[in-house]
Amino acid sequence: MRRLYVALVLALVLCWPCFVSAESASQSGGELHFCLHGEPKTFNPLLVEDGQSEIVRYLTGGVLIRLNRQTQALEPALATSWKATPDGRTIKFHLRTGLHFSDGTPFTSEDVAYTVKALMDPQLHSPTGDSFRSGDGQVSVQTPTADTITVTFPAPVAGLERLFDQVAILSAHSPKKEMAVLGPFYVADYSPGSYVLLRRNPNYWKKDKEGKPLPYLDSIRLDIQSNHEIEILRFRRGEIHIINSLDADLFDRLQKESPAAAHDSGPSLDSEFVWFNQVPTAAFPDYKKAWFRSTEFRKAISLAINRDDLARIVYAGHAQPAYGPISPANHFWFNSALPVPKYDSAAALRLLAQAGFRFDGNILRDSSGNRVEFTLITSTGNKPREQMVTMIQQDLSQIGIKVNMVTLDFPSLIERITRTFDYEACLLGFTNTDLDPNSQMNVWLSSAENHQWNPKQSKPATPWEAEIDHLMQSQSSSTSDKKRKADWDRVQQIVSEQQPFIYLVNGDAMSAISPAVIGSAPSVLDPHAFWNVDVLRLGPDPSLGAQK
Amino acid sequence: MSPLQKTAASILCAIFLLMVLATILVPAPYARQFRDAPNARPSTAHPLGTDALGRDSLSRLLYGTRVSLLLAPAAALLSTVIAALLGSAAGFLGGRFERIVLAVTDLSLALPWLFLLLTVRAMLPLDVPPMVSVIISFLMMGLLGWQASVRVICAAARGIKDSDFLLLARSSGCKPARLLLCHVTPNLRSLFYAQFWISIPLFILTEANLSILGLGVMEPMASWGNLLRGFEDFSALGANPWRLVPLILLVIVVMCFQLVLPSQEVTQ
Repeated sequence: MRRLYVALVLALVLCWPCFVSAESASQSGGELHFCLHGEPKTFNPLLVEDGQSEIVRYLTGGVLIRLNRQTQALEPALATSWKATPDGRTIKFHLRTGLHFSDGTPFTSEDVAYTVKALMDPQLHSPTGDSFRSGDGQVSVQTPTADTITVTFPAPVAGLERLFDQVAILSAHSPKKEMAVLGPFYVADYSPGSYVLLRRNPNYWKKDKEGKPLPYLDSIRLDIQSNHEIEILRFRRGEIHIINSLDADLFDRLQKESPAAAHDSGPSLDSEFVWFNQVPTAAFPDYKKAWFRSTEFRKAISLAINRDDLARIVYAGHAQPAYGPISPANHFWFNSALPVPKYDSAAALRLLAQAGFRFDGNILRDSSGNRVEFTLITSTGNKPREQMVTMIQQDLSQIGIKVNMVTLDFPSLIERITRTFDYEACLLGFTNTDLDPNSQMNVWLSSAENHQWNPKQSKPATPWEAEIDHLMQSQSSSTSDKKRKADWDRVQQIVSEQQPFIYLVNGDAMSAISPAVIGSAPSVLDPHAFWNVDVLRLGPDPSLGAQK
Repeated sequence: MSPLQKTAASILCAIFLLMVLATILVPAPYARQFRDAPNARPSTAHPLGTDALGRDSLSRLLYGTRVSLLLAPAAALLSTVIAALLGSAAGFLGGRFERIVLAVTDLSLALPWLFLLLTVRAMLPLDVPPMVSVIISFLMMGLLGWQASVRVICAAARGIKDSDFLLLARSSGCKPARLLLCHVTPNLRSLFYAQFWISIPLFILTEANLSILGLGVMEPMASWGNLLRGFEDFSALGANPWRLVPLILLVIVVMCFQLVLPSQEVTQ
């Protein structure tokens, strides 16, 4: 008996390395760490409206069609193929078969039908569903087989296929509800104010070229940390592996210390711009309203701002001058035929002279002798914006215009630009996550709330705004990309001619990725650093950060 | 005056002279941007280098000294006067009045004044000239910065209240107002000075914090407060040590103010 016992122990000792290696093989990807800048408001993918929840949705949600953030092309995901009808109302998907949710529940067309119905349910108020609501009526869903589904919307939906990149499929039958997912990871643990732990979904459908199941990573720990300085400090210490978005200052600091970790992917879709308040009831003198409504005045201001200097000095070269609502990073929709106006203060003065302004010595006056002076507001604590206003002050002083700078806390600023309209000009930014410009309907329609220079108009105040309204409605009801592109090119041309928004710069998409992360390919589209999370893994020393 | 005090006074006089002569001495207007030379190292053209927008750092330091050295002491004076009036009266009179004053002090210490400041900033007209905005900011600091001093002064006044010389004055028929003005207040003078001097750097730093919230001195005007904001990028200081000059100047000025304080003691 004793011999048998010794033999068993010996066998166990000899076999131990095999157990260990088998275990380590399943743990080969390691645990990726990065920060969320706030608490995720929801784990229900249909109710996502904040950036933090969006990150969790991206990492956990399985979608029918995925937008490749690098090629900007749509790729099959849970759907192997799809076809939209020419009227833009109906789309038919063929689904992958034999898939399961993270909890083992089978995936069928019933789940897609359940998700679409929930998405379009007016009681749920899904922000994701809003993009699909182009007309009144009910959505119709047909599931002829377990792997086929046809969805018919009450009205044509512009860019219909692309919108499905945001729709994470829910399980119709899982007792875990929205926590059962089809994406690469599932939420395993959540400690409010501290972290969200995502674990590898063992039932994820995707495999690599060699047939190995993805994702490679075993887990992702998202630490909740709102302070960007602490975030970069933790990156330097090697406590986190990725910073998805960096500003120019932090990027330069990091690049000096660890060039391999700092990635500038080029101009992003985001833009910074200035606009003048053209609301008729605004609380400032009528002569100022007349300046702000003058196209020549706005164009002159645009010509007198040195965008190259803004990009070079404020963004340390990590930005490109912007001249329109679509960033050059948006390859398909950007109108490259538009002229690129150069900084020219002499041309600005000529335009102003045509509009009746007089430049006597150092001061610009209007035809009634009023000194041209206005207050430009921006959000407090945003250093690049404050610096841009300071530079605009000097640029416009060259043509005799005095600009006063006022920074306001964000709620006060929003109150002024959306409710009281008690401001003259404002500098803000637009964070754009969607390539399809249809998402900007709420900016360009004259009746829209975010039509900042003169929102919620009962009828268009100017002929060019009426034309933009017409073009926007035309493109939103068309399913031909060629027609929509033509409409959008014209919108960009009108914006360039009228300058309701004076675009300043498109900031670069910058991120920090530890050299320990293998497989990263930063993109200009969000999420810049981890859009290909399923093929990311950690190298030999997964604890490494930027500079250990 | 001791040699140390003379040295401190001379340094202060020199700084005040530089401040007054800033217009003549500065190499360039404080708001002018030399865009070809942002973040430049010290040179003959820019003795202290330039800031992130290419503005001459020496010019901004001298103009900033003007704003901070005139307005921070003004705010400190206002808050010290309020604290002296309330604190000495509360300590001297005692009883219910003292309890009310201390309760109001505690209450105002507990209130989130930052939100009040934000509200006031939001309510101000946007076309207020920058200098007026700066004066309003320092005025608010002065009006809201008296609480800590009140407690200190009240405690000191309470100590004097039962002193022999005050008992003698009272027995000689001095009325309360005369006792307060002629006997209590002069004996608290060194405490008032101390509260005044220690409030100055406090207000300069408060202004720096308020600038971050859009309540302090607005760009392109310069102040020590917004010059100190450059320290947000702490890692860059090692490579650019000349950026520490505003901080060094602040420390020197505060030390000199402390040194020139008359070394009086509270007469018992």
